[in-house]
Amino acid sequence: MPLILNEEQEMLQDAANGFLKEKAPVAAFRKVRDNKPADGFCRELWSEMAEMGWAGIIVDETHGGSGFGYVGAGVLAEQMGRNLTASPFFSTSVLGATAIQKYGTTKQKDENLAAISSGQMLFALAVDEGPRHNPSRITFSAKPAGNGFVLSGTKTFVADGHVADKLIIAARTSGAEGDPDGITLFLVDADAPEIERERTPMVDSRNAANISVDGLEVTGDDILGELDGGYAALEGILSAGRAVLSAEMSGSAQQVFGITTDYLKEREQFGQKIGSFQGLQHRAAHLATEIEMMKSAVLKSLKDLDQDFENAGMTCSLAKAKTGQVAQLATKEAIQMHGGIGVTDEYDVGLYFKRVHVAQQMFGDAGFHSDRWAKNSGF
Amino acid sequence: MSELEEFRTDVRAWLEENCPEEMRDGDITAEAQCWGGRQWEFQSEARKIWFERALSKGYTVPSWPKEYGGAGLSADEAKILDEERQAINARKPLSNFGISMLGPALLAYGTHEQKAQHLNGIARGEIRWCQGYSEPGAGSDLASLKTKCEDKGDHWLINGQKIWTSNADISDWIFCLVRTDFDAPKHQGITFILIDMASEGISVKPIVLISGHSPFCETFFDDVKVPKNYGEGNLSVVGEVNRGWDVAKNLLVHERGMLGTMSPLRGTTGPENLGSFAAEHIGHDSAGRLDDPALRQRIAQAQLDNWAYNLTVERMTDEANAGNGLGAKSSMLKYAASELTKRGTELRMDIEGTAAATIGADGIEYGSLANSWLYNRAYSILGGTTEVQLNIISKRVLGLPSQ
Repeated sequence: MPLILNEEQEMLQDAANGFLKEKAPVAAFRKVRDNKPADGFCRELWSEMAEMGWAGIIVDETHGGSGFGYVGAGVLAEQMGRNLTASPFFSTSVLGATAIQKYGTTKQKDENLAAISSGQMLFALAVDEGPRHNPSRITFSAKPAGNGFVLSGTKTFVADGHVADKLIIAARTSGAEGDPDGITLFLVDADAPEIERERTPMVDSRNAANISVDGLEVTGDDILGELDGGYAALEGILSAGRAVLSAEMSGSAQQVFGITTDYLKEREQFGQKIGSFQGLQHRAAHLATEIEMMKSAVLKSLKDLDQDFENAGMTCSLAKAKTGQVAQLATKEAIQMHGGIGVTDEYDVGLYFKRVHVAQQMFGDAGFHSDRWAKNSGF
Repeated sequence: MSELEEFRTDVRAWLEENCPEEMRDGDITAEAQCWGGRQWEFQSEARKIWFERALSKGYTVPSWPKEYGGAGLSADEAKILDEERQAINARKPLSNFGISMLGPALLAYGTHEQKAQHLNGIARGEIRWCQGYSEPGAGSDLASLKTKCEDKGDHWLINGQKIWTSNADISDWIFCLVRTDFDAPKHQGITFILIDMASEGISVKPIVLISGHSPFCETFFDDVKVPKNYGEGNLSVVGEVNRGWDVAKNLLVHERGMLGTMSPLRGTTGPENLGSFAAEHIGHDSAGRLDDPALRQRIAQAQLDNWAYNLTVERMTDEANAGNGLGAKSSMLKYAASELTKRGTELRMDIEGTAAATIGADGIEYGSLANSWLYNRAYSILGGTTEVQLNIISKRVLGLPSQ
């Protein structure tokens, strides 16, 4: 299978590029940031995306989705990254849809997938309990009670947590903190009175929330995947998230690099274009090379998810590690090469810098993933 | 079944039947590959058999036209052959600068007579080629080369010196850049010429490097007479006189592509198995991690970078096969590959510590880790330095302005 997009995926890319440039450019993101709507995104835009089949991009056609798989999701995310488009796409259409489609029961699929595809229902994944990603360090408790469980605990940095209709919560049903065994995923209504959600404004102006749950009663039907064996499902969902988040960061990195090279060709100092200075040229050429490496890693991770989902974990870590580094380098260099205007709010490059920082922290930064790689390789 | 699938099935069966078991030891060092040439001797019967069987199918140069010794495979077919060969870990039947560098340039610029003689000679492993580009005064600034080539009617007269001529001492012919016009702007007075190394007036002197050994030589030309016509319309000059830079540029793209994709990033000199190598030498801590956190991090990073690089070679090859040629992006591969190769051996040296820095009484042993580590410093210098590659990427990929 060649490591390039097929014709259908290229058409999706062109369509996404055209639509987002028109409907959701960086200017639209600025508007959301400055007007501070309670949702943190534009619902009309989300409806339009859903109409085009983006909300159900990875959902099978039998459940109202468009069945484009993870390469399709990555193609969209890359264009969203280029335009800094804020929407529930990532939390709902990637994390939520993966969780239900890959690990849900027939009933869970029937109840949720069509609502995801139509854009009506929003999801959020609640994993981390501290400021650094660590999916096995889970203390959020699910204690057996009667026919079901009682959930209590807190979760941090839940993307789209304050707008979600459904939460997927990783809780501990047995074992000790740090133990991958004993984790169970629960699918719960987000508006239950036992759930308190506090929106946490982030430096990238995207949505996240801290969530505390106090004595929420659930039943065995609310389990997503296997009791005590939720870690494997969590890994699968996180892998999909890492790959698609990498695609978004790759789009941001490519866009900000394009803005930077344009500037190098136009800005004059000392009587010449600054792009003619070798000191800047070599840094730009190095970055261009790294961007090519990043693109290959991202595409491979998406293709692996489509072809062999269960075994795609390491390529997804590769993609997240590589994009974390390269996208940060691209945004840092963008600011530095722009000089003074690079640190102004008026200029877009700073927005990319902020978004990439948060995306890099989410689901593991480059250090987390190189450590994971080393562990998996036995050293 | 599609035609390509059918081709894959056939190729797989052919390889299974024809590749001797001893030749399925995968990525071997450059020295251990089969290079061919007048001085070549097969070290084993298996190597000879493998070479001859591949030759009979045109598989020493699979994508070249049949009339020039190839199998006439399409890009897709050639990729399948390569994949299937690698799947059984089979060696390449033949490696040669003629295959990777001169051949593609001749296919683009050579006359039918030149192709018929030289390409067939390369395909059959009869002639080993070396490259005469750099001179003592023309390194990164290659176009300032001064080896003089005078028109003497029925022949050319050549005087000058080349340097860094890989394997000149064991090569049969040299493809050379010479100056035919000293008055023209520097890029416009250069000619690309093919010379038999057995010609009178050519002498070769190996260069000793910091690694103690090397394939590099100095090649001297003292009143060397090169016929204009080797017979039957087979000219010594490729392309037009004074337009050799066009041919050279074409060839350099292939050279960079080759340097970017050749084997050092796999096997013992690449970072692929550094983790287990380090675990053997250093051991684990109580948490099961390599007992040297900083080294562990460097190894993991090198491996991830190496993996992303290998995927990029794959992606760019697929893009090229789909019609989007690599062009100046080959400089990215060359840059990345040479830096990664250096990192790989640096890490290996650090893992082995003082043991790796110990040499025998007779100096640095050929094939030792220290030997590769020292030799690898040249990777980011030969074939255009890292800095030259970055200049090319800036100007030809990114379109940044000149000063």
